[in-house]
Amino acid sequence: MILGSGPIVIGQAAEFDYSGVQACKVLREEGYEVVLVNSNPATIMTDPEFADATYVEPLIPEVVAKVIEKERPDALLPTLGGQTALNLAKALQEDGTLEKFDVELIGANYDAINRAEDRDLFRTCMEEAGLKMPKSTIAHTIEEAQSALPDLGLPIIIRPAFTLGGRGGGIARTEEEFQRMVQTGLDASPITQILLDESVLGWGEFELEVMRDHHDNVVIVCSIENIDPMGVHTGDSVTVAPQQTLTDALYQKLRDQAIAVIRAVGVETGGSNVQFAVDPVSEEIRVIEMNPRVSRSSALASKATGFPIAKIAARLAVGYALEEIDNDITQATPASFEPTIDYVVVKWPRFAFEKFEGADVSLSTHMKSVGEAMAIGRTFKQAFAKAMRSRELDTDAKLDGTLDELMTRLERGTSDRFDVLFEAFRQGASVEDVHARSSIDRWYLHELRELALDPEAPFAGSRQYKSVDTCAAEFAARTPYFYSGWERGEARHEVERGDRPSVVILGGGPNRIGQGIEFDYCCVHAAMTVRAADRDAVMINCNPETVSTDYDTSDRLYFEPLTLEDVLGVIEVEQPEGVIVQFGGQTPLRLAKGLEDAGVTILGTSVDAIDLAEDRGRFGDLLDRLGLKAPPYATAGNTPEAIAASEKVGFPLLVRPSYVLGGRAMEIVYDTANLEDYLRRTAKPGGDDTREIFLDRFLENAIEVDVDALCDGREVWVGGIMQHVEEAGIHSGDSACVLPPHSLGPEMLEEIRTQTTAIARELGVIGLINIQYAVHDGTLYVIEANPRASRTVPFVSKAIGVPLAKMASRLMLGEKLADLQLPADPMGGDHVAVKEAVLPFDRFHGSDAILGPEMRSTGEVMGVARDFPTAFAKAQAAAGSKLPQEGTVFLTVTDTDKSAAFAIGQQLHDLGFKIVATAGTAQAIRGMGVPVHEVLQKVGDGSPNVVDWIERGDVSLVINTPTGSGARSDGWEIRRAAVAHGVPCITTLSGGVAAARAIAAARAGDAEVLSLQELHPQRLGVA
Amino acid sequence: MRTAYVLLEDGTRFDGDAVGAEGHAVGEVVFTTGMSGYQESMTDPSFAGQLITFTYPHIGNYGVSQAAMESDRVWARAAIMREATNREDAPDAEAGWCDWLTDCGIVAISGVDTRALVTHIRDAGAMRGGVFPGDMAEDTARELIAAEPPMAGSDFVREVTPQTMSVHGEANVGGPRIVAIDTGIKLSIVRNFVERGAVLELHPATTPASKLLSRDADAYFLANGPGDPSTLDYVVDTLRELIGQKPTFGICLGHQLMCRAVGLETFKLPFGHRGANHPVKDLQTGKIEITSQNHGFAVVGPGGQHTLDTDEPLRWNTNVGEAQLSHLNLYDRTVEGLTLLDVPGGTVQYHPEAGPGPHDSLYLFDRFLEQISAAA
Repeated sequence: MILGSGPIVIGQAAEFDYSGVQACKVLREEGYEVVLVNSNPATIMTDPEFADATYVEPLIPEVVAKVIEKERPDALLPTLGGQTALNLAKALQEDGTLEKFDVELIGANYDAINRAEDRDLFRTCMEEAGLKMPKSTIAHTIEEAQSALPDLGLPIIIRPAFTLGGRGGGIARTEEEFQRMVQTGLDASPITQILLDESVLGWGEFELEVMRDHHDNVVIVCSIENIDPMGVHTGDSVTVAPQQTLTDALYQKLRDQAIAVIRAVGVETGGSNVQFAVDPVSEEIRVIEMNPRVSRSSALASKATGFPIAKIAARLAVGYALEEIDNDITQATPASFEPTIDYVVVKWPRFAFEKFEGADVSLSTHMKSVGEAMAIGRTFKQAFAKAMRSRELDTDAKLDGTLDELMTRLERGTSDRFDVLFEAFRQGASVEDVHARSSIDRWYLHELRELALDPEAPFAGSRQYKSVDTCAAEFAARTPYFYSGWERGEARHEVERGDRPSVVILGGGPNRIGQGIEFDYCCVHAAMTVRAADRDAVMINCNPETVSTDYDTSDRLYFEPLTLEDVLGVIEVEQPEGVIVQFGGQTPLRLAKGLEDAGVTILGTSVDAIDLAEDRGRFGDLLDRLGLKAPPYATAGNTPEAIAASEKVGFPLLVRPSYVLGGRAMEIVYDTANLEDYLRRTAKPGGDDTREIFLDRFLENAIEVDVDALCDGREVWVGGIMQHVEEAGIHSGDSACVLPPHSLGPEMLEEIRTQTTAIARELGVIGLINIQYAVHDGTLYVIEANPRASRTVPFVSKAIGVPLAKMASRLMLGEKLADLQLPADPMGGDHVAVKEAVLPFDRFHGSDAILGPEMRSTGEVMGVARDFPTAFAKAQAAAGSKLPQEGTVFLTVTDTDKSAAFAIGQQLHDLGFKIVATAGTAQAIRGMGVPVHEVLQKVGDGSPNVVDWIERGDVSLVINTPTGSGARSDGWEIRRAAVAHGVPCITTLSGGVAAARAIAAARAGDAEVLSLQELHPQRLGVA
Repeated sequence: MRTAYVLLEDGTRFDGDAVGAEGHAVGEVVFTTGMSGYQESMTDPSFAGQLITFTYPHIGNYGVSQAAMESDRVWARAAIMREATNREDAPDAEAGWCDWLTDCGIVAISGVDTRALVTHIRDAGAMRGGVFPGDMAEDTARELIAAEPPMAGSDFVREVTPQTMSVHGEANVGGPRIVAIDTGIKLSIVRNFVERGAVLELHPATTPASKLLSRDADAYFLANGPGDPSTLDYVVDTLRELIGQKPTFGICLGHQLMCRAVGLETFKLPFGHRGANHPVKDLQTGKIEITSQNHGFAVVGPGGQHTLDTDEPLRWNTNVGEAQLSHLNLYDRTVEGLTLLDVPGGTVQYHPEAGPGPHDSLYLFDRFLEQISAAA
């Protein structure tokens, strides 16, 4: 049994899909049957073809125990699914499940997990091994923490035990910050335990990726140096591999200590990550932490060196020794070696602060980035510049201000630190000045200064594709994994192209909100299909977390930024038959026009059709031609035009800038004052009011519907129709949705199919199309059409048992729908699938935990059951907000929702919940005969108010529909408190109704666990 | 910026910038894959007569310091690099790398497509070549290369061996006395012996056996060093008289010379082993160590084979009895060490002392010292 890591959240992303897929592949190669549990449908690992039994079920102990009982696996490998899998394995050991069903824990044993994860045990373990850690103490209460402060001093680092990516931790610089962070940390830790660390701020931060086999052979796969010194979480740091600034003598000391750590912790087989702080002056070394499992850093190290850590860890776990495993890349040497590289790798975190207004943007030990990009260059400057352009930022850093102001900004880690640093160098700052402010090693500063002053210099000469070969060219490489470097003289490419035609697939770049792992899933399917069609699949991507950048996925992998120039460079060498742009989200779509202009063939839907769908005017005309309805809309070029247009379109309005990703800066406004406020807030700095603004009539209380369909240019096949649980107005990426729809009649479904067919055909789609509709007062409105893979493609594929992306790829390669032998009624199965979004509000203090038209979720989960309420309950549990079975529900809704609130109150009351409500809501419910306890509304009105109830732990569910999104409103305080205390918080009425039904269903009986293979026995052949 | 170029004897040319001393250098062009330890490599006497190509692109990042010297001077003839840096402000730096090379009179070139150069050497084999100033005509350069004798058949030990005897670790009173033939010993080896309480005497390579035998040694040690072992019969002859008298241990060139002394053959590897990541299996324990390597020649296997297709501890018949394979290179399966079964002695081809490189093999010094005390 392999456990996945669940939904993509900050600190746990696609890297665990990459590692899980590798593990599934090699274990099946070795003849093992694989049972997989992962709640995340957007992963490749949950494709039914990667395991023998695939359970898309919540990753919680009682559910996994049911799977164990049903499947009776011989062993559990928990080291490939991140902290989630490790914590689960620990819980299953502690509750006796593993013993009861005779399941052997492999990869890391229970004691080793504990020694690495429990701060107390780890410290003891390190002391026994003669290794130094920062002075530290453990606290379980505020008082304990307070008494330790005088010894450790400020600044001080606070880390909660057993949390992902340091969630709930931070650096306190003042007594006040200390008090607050200690409380947050204790709350965040599942065992109410925090570690207080002596600050090693400003020391160098290094990581070593270590592997060990059962013969006690240990190798270091890679060293990684954080350019941001200690104090910024490694996930948020710009990092470099290999390390650049340590002498050989000092590096070898780190190597010795890393080996000592893995031995002392007792990880018998597999990979671990060991983090060190090194004082460059005194050469003092401190062990910071170790992860007894594959991690984000090990995925990075694998991509950086070509040494597949997860694959090898899986083989080691089932008894192989390192020397018995071949190095895939040379195919001539064993895996018992240390990769040496002849290039430089730079990883850049990708942030999404623009999505979370009011959030604290400074970087600390609490990870905040949502994705990453990696670049390889022959030199640091090449790699750094390539990584910077791989970030694909939506907004440029604000670099105004005097040099003094810029220098002050460098003192704290922020997401734009290096942009600021470049500007400071351009304005004449010296390396010494910048070093004094930032503590960044001078070697990097010299390099960065030169890069800032002459960004073109590293790219003199010719672009040459070189191999990643694990051995610095000492042996011939067989695995075609390439990067571009610039060298003097004519190009000497190492690419051996062969005779087969190739198809280039453009990936999605760094994960960000709105463009995540779903698109990587589609790209991987495209590669599989291209290979099956006797062509070479060529992947271009720059995201080190993903399956698409595993060199096993394609015939040739180019680890490159997704800019037009970089892509054209590859195309010049590859001379492909065509390029697939519709799977990587907006990133490749943005390049489509430029590629076509350069004479490159775009496979599938034409560039003109993409533009036709994206251009409001052209698309409006198309709908008119087809006689289809859309909400009234207008396009404005500046504020006065927008105000004038709003009168024509009518309120409420959905406003947004043109060409957006994940509903960026999208809002609903109810009147002219609202609209003016929006326009003011989203104006460009400097008073330039010219910009394209879209205004759509917002259909209030409409049901939103998402459709994914295939089209071969003529025929159309509707794969999935999803009904959103939340009303229109919540971004589709953040809304839960149900397949098949739970409250649309057959006539409406038929109408949806008819309109989808008409639109896809009229656009001339070849491949995938996603259309969003709204059903308002029984009428169907077209909201938008996207002729490309949508976020829901993997979910639909798993719900219906047909791999849509593969089918779409076959269409793009020339087959017709009739060739694909698709089922006539894909949604006809006897199960219901619910997709739920997972939101990162607990990471962004200060930001409102509310759903709206701007997408904020980082990931998704899927719940499958025989009925909707059970599937919804599973999805909620998988999303981490398991619905309570009893207790107190706090209900407060807007005036327009008051009548409907009664129904929810009634149902929850009948289920035995105590209902607490604020005055207005209480009155509405009480009037209908349901007993309610009324609490003071205003948080500022004294105690006991709602927030007190939540903070005391007296509330087990919050249903709060917001009355507007004013910061620091009562609703804001309530939602903040719920998020901080882990209380499920539902912010829409329909979500509340679904929750009440789900609770009732859960009460009625234990939900059975279902594998995808059971759900779709007849369709596995198609996959 | 002065330009410079690398020219190989087969006419292959790579351009770059001169970053060291003026002038030119010729010799055997080799490459090392270690990612750190550039100063240790340049000062390692085993690199005498060679021009080192560093596969890692950034060289010089942490400057140079006294602590990283492996001898009292630079022995490599030139440094060939992708991106040399001169940094004096690194935390441990006592001088900048390029300044230091210049002061030492060493020619250096940066900006070279070292990966292309290394790939060429890997495929065509190690060869003679040189680093030349950009304004020197290629014809002149070609003549200079042709005038340089090839590495096979060259004795560089005469260049690196000291003129007089020296003693290290004299404070270790009562410690075992190890008498070494200094064919170009690295200071890391000296340090490892002294740290373990030994007294180490270093003798010129031409010292006659009679003198060494008269030193009342507890053990003999054969050091690393440069060049072709087949040219060093004067050392081999001396050795024949020492082996069997006391425990004897050899590293690198010392390993090759000991093997020749007991009647085994050596051969030239296509492009050598130089780096810090080669896996070597200790056939006695089955454990794998990641090793520091720097050699261009190797010992022929018991059946005359260059590479061994088994992990079994094969045996040779030597003129001092049987010898058993003790260490095997898992990269190219060449001989990495052997144990003499009938007289006390053993050898390894690689560098347990590291400097630069990993510390996995330091246990060999302990083993040797245990063998000495067992024999005492």
